[in-house]
Amino acid sequence: MIELKDVHKSFGENEVLKGITANVEKGEVVCIVGPSGSGKSTILRCINGLESYDRGEISVEGLKVDRDAPSIVKVRTQVSMVFQRFNLFPHRTVLENVVEGPLFVKRESRAQALERGRALLAQVGLAEKADAHPPQLSGGQQQRVAIARALAMQPKAILFDEPTSALDPELVGDVLGVMRKLADDGMTMVVVTHEMGFARDVADRVLFIDGGIIVEQGPAKALLNQPQHPRTQDFLRRVLHPL
Amino acid sequence: MKGFWHDAVEFFPILMSGVVLTIIVTIGSLLLSTVLGLIWAMMRVSGIKALSMISASLINVIRGIPIIVLLFYLYFVMPDLGVTLSALQAAILGLGIAYSAYQAENFRAGIEAIDKGQIEAAQSIGMGWWLTMRRVVLPQAVRIVLPPYGNVMIMMLKDSSQASTITVAELALQGKLIASSTFKNTNVFTMVALMYLTMSIPLILLVRHFEKRAGKK
Repeated sequence: MIELKDVHKSFGENEVLKGITANVEKGEVVCIVGPSGSGKSTILRCINGLESYDRGEISVEGLKVDRDAPSIVKVRTQVSMVFQRFNLFPHRTVLENVVEGPLFVKRESRAQALERGRALLAQVGLAEKADAHPPQLSGGQQQRVAIARALAMQPKAILFDEPTSALDPELVGDVLGVMRKLADDGMTMVVVTHEMGFARDVADRVLFIDGGIIVEQGPAKALLNQPQHPRTQDFLRRVLHPL
Repeated sequence: MKGFWHDAVEFFPILMSGVVLTIIVTIGSLLLSTVLGLIWAMMRVSGIKALSMISASLINVIRGIPIIVLLFYLYFVMPDLGVTLSALQAAILGLGIAYSAYQAENFRAGIEAIDKGQIEAAQSIGMGWWLTMRRVVLPQAVRIVLPPYGNVMIMMLKDSSQASTITVAELALQGKLIASSTFKNTNVFTMVALMYLTMSIPLILLVRHFEKRAGKK
């Protein structure tokens, strides 16, 4: 469903992606792990065209991702994104945030959009916050609204860019819980994360990225429990046993 | 002091006719400068190099010419080029163009102050450039832009007096005409000053209100 073929990307002199080839099947949950600066987030940002890429090809359901082509809107309505810092619209209420895309991009009827918006807020456990403004919510609540906003587009896949990294530790569980439920419901998900527990329990597959290449990939449990590559072993040891 | 009140009553109606023109010039040029300023600012942040360069050079040219020269140009030079403007039209056009440069820089600063994550979030739900501006960036930029916008309003009110140089009989010119025919300089110009102040005070209060609201966020 999402295909990357030999994708290269540089920021000036600095080559952050050095030939990424991967694909994500429908209904699959893929976690991308690796040290910071390894290019994990850049991969996600390239998939929905927030970032351009220099070489190779990315396609979503056969549609080439090209951020300068009009077709990028189609890609973005099919692949939603959840950001590390939530990026909710602070000047609109929670419900307005959720229905913004359906109303103004997909031009759905107001009644229909609002009804689904409320249902989605209920799904992420925030039905009673519909009329609040994002700054009044905790980080965990904001991130769950952001997930509802992504779902409101009725996407075929959702990209999560370190969705719990900006949260206080006690709020991480709520967000991961919502994500796990999505995975159980068959949503296609690509998740950049440092939550190894989530990757092990929920992901079908894990990609370990370092230095702009995929160092190792495989079924989640196998890769996280018995990593083959020394760099993966080293990384996992540091993450799981920081002391 | 007795003389002042007597003169005040006598000159008030004439000065009020000047006030009306002052308000017309101020509001007209405020609207024009807002529209032009928005256009320059949008061109500037459009991401299209040619548009942004045209806008940047326009702003610099406008900023580099004194308002009074711009007014003379529109009123005295344009007729030679076959475009005849009334004094009032030239005043509104000149002040509107002159202030559009400041408005543009103000609007641009407001737009650029919006977190990049907001724009990315808008793009990620499929919004194009214009929709992102209209639904996400501009509504948030307004809050930032309003206090300096209020200050521009006050400056424009006062600078509308420059229209007197091209024969628009607004408040300053009416005052000058009365003063030169009656020699009551003190009383007349005190009145003129008080009338400008009276018009400025609501605007000053408005700016304070905007600042309070912007500070809340």
